[in-house]
Amino acid sequence: MADENVSMSGLIVCEDLWKIYRIGDVEVQALRGINLTIDRGEFVAVMGTSGSGKSTLMNLLGCLDQPSRGRYQLNGLDVSTAKPDLLADLRNRQIGFVFQNFNLIPRTSALENAQLPLFYRGVSIKEQRRQAAAALQRVGLAGREQHYPAQLSGGQQQRVAIARALVGAPSILFADEPTGNLDTASSREIMDILEHLNREDGITIILVTHEPDIAAYASRELVMKDGQIVQDVRRAPHLSGVT
Amino acid sequence: MSAFVLLTVMTALRILSRNRLRAGLTMLGIVIGVGAVIAMVSIGQGAREAVQAQVASMGTNVIVIMPGSTTVSGVRGGQGGAVTLTINDAAELKKRSPLLSDTGWARRDVMQIVNGNRNWNGPVNGVSPSYLTIRDWSFMSGGPFTQTDMESAARVALIGQTTLENLFDAGEEAMGATIRIKNVPFQIVGVLAPKGQSAQGTDQDDVIFIPFTTAERKVFGSQFLGSVGALFASTDQSADLPEAVEHIRETLRARHRLTPDQADDFTIRTQVDIGKVQESTSQTLTVMLFAIASVSLLVGGIGIMNILLVSVTERTKEIGVRMAVGAKRIHILTQFLIEAMTLSLFGGMIGVIVGLVGARLTTVIAGWPTMISVEAILTAFLFSLTVGLFFGLYPANKAARLNPIEALRYE
Repeated sequence: MADENVSMSGLIVCEDLWKIYRIGDVEVQALRGINLTIDRGEFVAVMGTSGSGKSTLMNLLGCLDQPSRGRYQLNGLDVSTAKPDLLADLRNRQIGFVFQNFNLIPRTSALENAQLPLFYRGVSIKEQRRQAAAALQRVGLAGREQHYPAQLSGGQQQRVAIARALVGAPSILFADEPTGNLDTASSREIMDILEHLNREDGITIILVTHEPDIAAYASRELVMKDGQIVQDVRRAPHLSGVT
Repeated sequence: MSAFVLLTVMTALRILSRNRLRAGLTMLGIVIGVGAVIAMVSIGQGAREAVQAQVASMGTNVIVIMPGSTTVSGVRGGQGGAVTLTINDAAELKKRSPLLSDTGWARRDVMQIVNGNRNWNGPVNGVSPSYLTIRDWSFMSGGPFTQTDMESAARVALIGQTTLENLFDAGEEAMGATIRIKNVPFQIVGVLAPKGQSAQGTDQDDVIFIPFTTAERKVFGSQFLGSVGALFASTDQSADLPEAVEHIRETLRARHRLTPDQADDFTIRTQVDIGKVQESTSQTLTVMLFAIASVSLLVGGIGIMNILLVSVTERTKEIGVRMAVGAKRIHILTQFLIEAMTLSLFGGMIGVIVGLVGARLTTVIAGWPTMISVEAILTAFLFSLTVGLFFGLYPANKAARLNPIEALRYE
């Protein structure tokens, strides 16, 4: 699936990306020649059934994994063959993750969870705290800095996770089924925050979901099947979750 | 990096304080190991000090020559049984060996000593004036008897602290008093300063010194005039001791007309030899305790490694999250190493306290002398840190090498 709008200024540029796992003697082709360009400021939803390769693509784009074949350029830098430490650095500075099950560090305060990316950046403790508090405020959690994850609702935990993803001022935010474990009201809150971040702050968001009403927030929708992108549509700004 | 280390230490402390029982049990091996090291070194050091003090109490660079054993019709008389050493030997030794700064002699016997209505059975030594200088006796009051006393066989005596306490009431003036040894009256002209136990464990202060000639003629009686219990000699430099010993051996063998195939009829011992025996005893103890401490630290280290491996597994997901937000391998490695070292360092600190208490108890209960050594404490600290570092390396490396995706997926 070639993208018609190959632009060299694309934030994410993939060329013929393959990911092949070997489980015993069986070869599994999780990604089969992905060509994809995502520009700065896009809000992309990646859809597909489980096993379609959307999580694998997410891991590759999020610099958590490396392709078996092909090229992946992030912000003009070829990362397909980067060393683990460079990948870690990219994740730290360019990328923020929001997971389905929040993945907060247990028995650690919201503030400290939100500090985490700065912690690995060598920022002074004072500055870490200041920026983390500001990030929590952005997601509407001012005053809950000292709460532990167990003392927060699912929606609030996910907001802490978003604050953590935001705190390092990344260019891309990856959200893997961010509302998968949340009720409708909390889901809407989370999606509103993501939408706001995309619109007002210009953060590129790549959202993996299998729920159409969540995907509806995005301005571009990719559908994956058997390791390939089978559909790539852009559409008018979202319908605020109304489908 | 400093902010990172500081926060990591704080995190490690929090994690450990959450699992106090687990952390405590993990540290136990280190606590016992370090405690054993501290107690051991304190006891060993104390013993060595005591031995050194005892050896020094003999005097400096002293050589003791004892007569050998006699054999009469196949019945051997034991050490000192023969009366082969004489005053003349001492004079000859001094003449022949320039290395010897002084020679002296002594003969002892246990006698009943009487002061008024009190009496005491203790050793009486007939000695040459030089003996007192060689053995480094000092005085609390009065002074040594003189060569004149010696020549005139004067009835004067020097008294040691233990004998004094047994013959005189507290506060009673001993100087100038008259005591009777085997019914011969002696005037006390000197009170000796205490020396304490000898390296062999005998009380050196239970003693009376009288001039050798007086002892020979008026108290002990003698078959052969001039035969002594032991000869004493000293050198200026301790380095000269071995050579001086050889001189003495040659001179005495020649004087005693020993043929080359005959064994020495005397025994020569130096302070160094006496110290060595004691030293080797305390060294055996040290080696044994070191073995115990090493095994304990090894077990402690394995305990730390074990608990860290459990911790790495338990926190796989957390490690995945940390990697996802940008932790490099070195960060994860450092985090777990710091946790290991925090555990072992705490263990070490508690161990030091346990060891100090143990050493104190040894002194109080068993009465052994102990000496706290700052070096031992520092070494123990360093050792426990090293144990933490060494045994933390494997689990920490295991954590650092986790694949971020698999770690994140781990349930």
